[in-house]
Amino acid sequence: MIILAIETSCDETSAAVLKDGREVLSNVISSQIEFHKKYGGIVPELASRKHIEVINPIIQEALDKANVKFKDLGAVAVTHGPGLVGSLLVGICAAKAISYSLNIPLVGVNHLEAHIYANYLDQNPKLPFICLLVSGGHTMLVMVKDHGKYKVLGRTRDDAAGEAFDKVARFLKLGYPGGPIIDKLAKEGNPNAIKFTRPMIEDGYDFSFSGIKTAVVNYYGKLSVVGSKLLVDIAASFQQTVVEVLTTKTIRAAKDNKCETIALAGGVSANSGLRKALMEKGQEQGLVVHIPPLNLCTDNAAMVGCLAHYLLKQGKVSDLKLPAVASLRL
Amino acid sequence: MVITTKSAEATVELGKKIGAFLVANDVVCLTGRLGAGKTTLIQGIAEGSGVKDYVTSPTFIIINEYQGKLPFFHVDLYRLENVDEIEDLGIEEYFNRGGVCVIEWAEKLEELEPKYCHEIKIKVISETERGICVSSALAARLKS
Repeated sequence: MIILAIETSCDETSAAVLKDGREVLSNVISSQIEFHKKYGGIVPELASRKHIEVINPIIQEALDKANVKFKDLGAVAVTHGPGLVGSLLVGICAAKAISYSLNIPLVGVNHLEAHIYANYLDQNPKLPFICLLVSGGHTMLVMVKDHGKYKVLGRTRDDAAGEAFDKVARFLKLGYPGGPIIDKLAKEGNPNAIKFTRPMIEDGYDFSFSGIKTAVVNYYGKLSVVGSKLLVDIAASFQQTVVEVLTTKTIRAAKDNKCETIALAGGVSANSGLRKALMEKGQEQGLVVHIPPLNLCTDNAAMVGCLAHYLLKQGKVSDLKLPAVASLRL
Repeated sequence: MVITTKSAEATVELGKKIGAFLVANDVVCLTGRLGAGKTTLIQGIAEGSGVKDYVTSPTFIIINEYQGKLPFFHVDLYRLENVDEIEDLGIEEYFNRGGVCVIEWAEKLEELEPKYCHEIKIKVISETERGICVSSALAARLKS
């Protein structure tokens, strides 16, 4: 079956076409540079109005790239939360229109669940597994017991991990997006130069990153001169701190819950320090570590289509009343 | 009125008191530098308004919605560059939706700041100490 999937929960407008749930025929994301050029440099940031401007061309481009026509579609899937209501509504309205006019099933999908399913696009993680979901907006540890059966073991109590990277980078005037910049600088610095606080590393599975951010701000504020050597050391030490907290808790969650596999999801999985630490420390402990390719880790519609395939198999179809739910939970 | 808090916990406690006073369509405009404790104070305000959930930073998603005694909208303008972007987002629609609306980095609102809102400014005194300046209407409610 051919599924068209749509994702508009935050900044990215994305549409994808999948065959039988795991074969990605196209996965168009609005922030791709070629796409920007083609549509006159439109950056569909933030506002739902921007999503409206690009949603139709994006869907058409996804169909064209997949060499598929509307009449070939067997179902349409869409993210219906969590996210910004106005942004979500654009994708939902488009999906409903397609579902209604073609008379094909509509499948409403949870964005967080879709991130986990990015792991099923290129691999087949053995159930049950532990998934560390880290992005600009979310940080959570989830035990995936079976398809559609989750236990949220922990989540952030304040800032998301990706957000801490962005805010520290902006504070240190390193630029945007902060994650890749800090990652690059960190490679030249000494990760043990400064001992920042590691909040809650020992207890439970919840995270707290706001305190680490504030620790960097306070440390920096006390310095009179900051040379480039010190700056790379701050970047390296900060990154090491965040990575250590994430890795330690993920591995402990796997051990405590007798899971043999850990998987990574969300945009922060681009961080080379995190990939390396999770891979090395996980394997040291005899765990299998899955890390999807980067274009499937950041927000994209392919993961939405993949999840929809599994939901359809379970008969979980939505109707045309499908609402946008800003604070939808896993 | 300036209230000095000596720890993050004390900031949360002050937030709880403020939260208990808020009524439908109240807008709270919060300013203070990175790491000042804006989210910390709002965690208290949310708890005081009856929100049971963890209140996490809405920086990425810009608006988080919770349900307390009233709907609770937690807005963060950190990522927005200028007032046009804020207007594009339709932020004003949240001001009169019968809930409580708390806004971080509210200085970015400029002329969009509602006429009747509670202003709170957080100043960093030391690593742990904060000076929290609340506008007159809120100060009166806190004193009574």
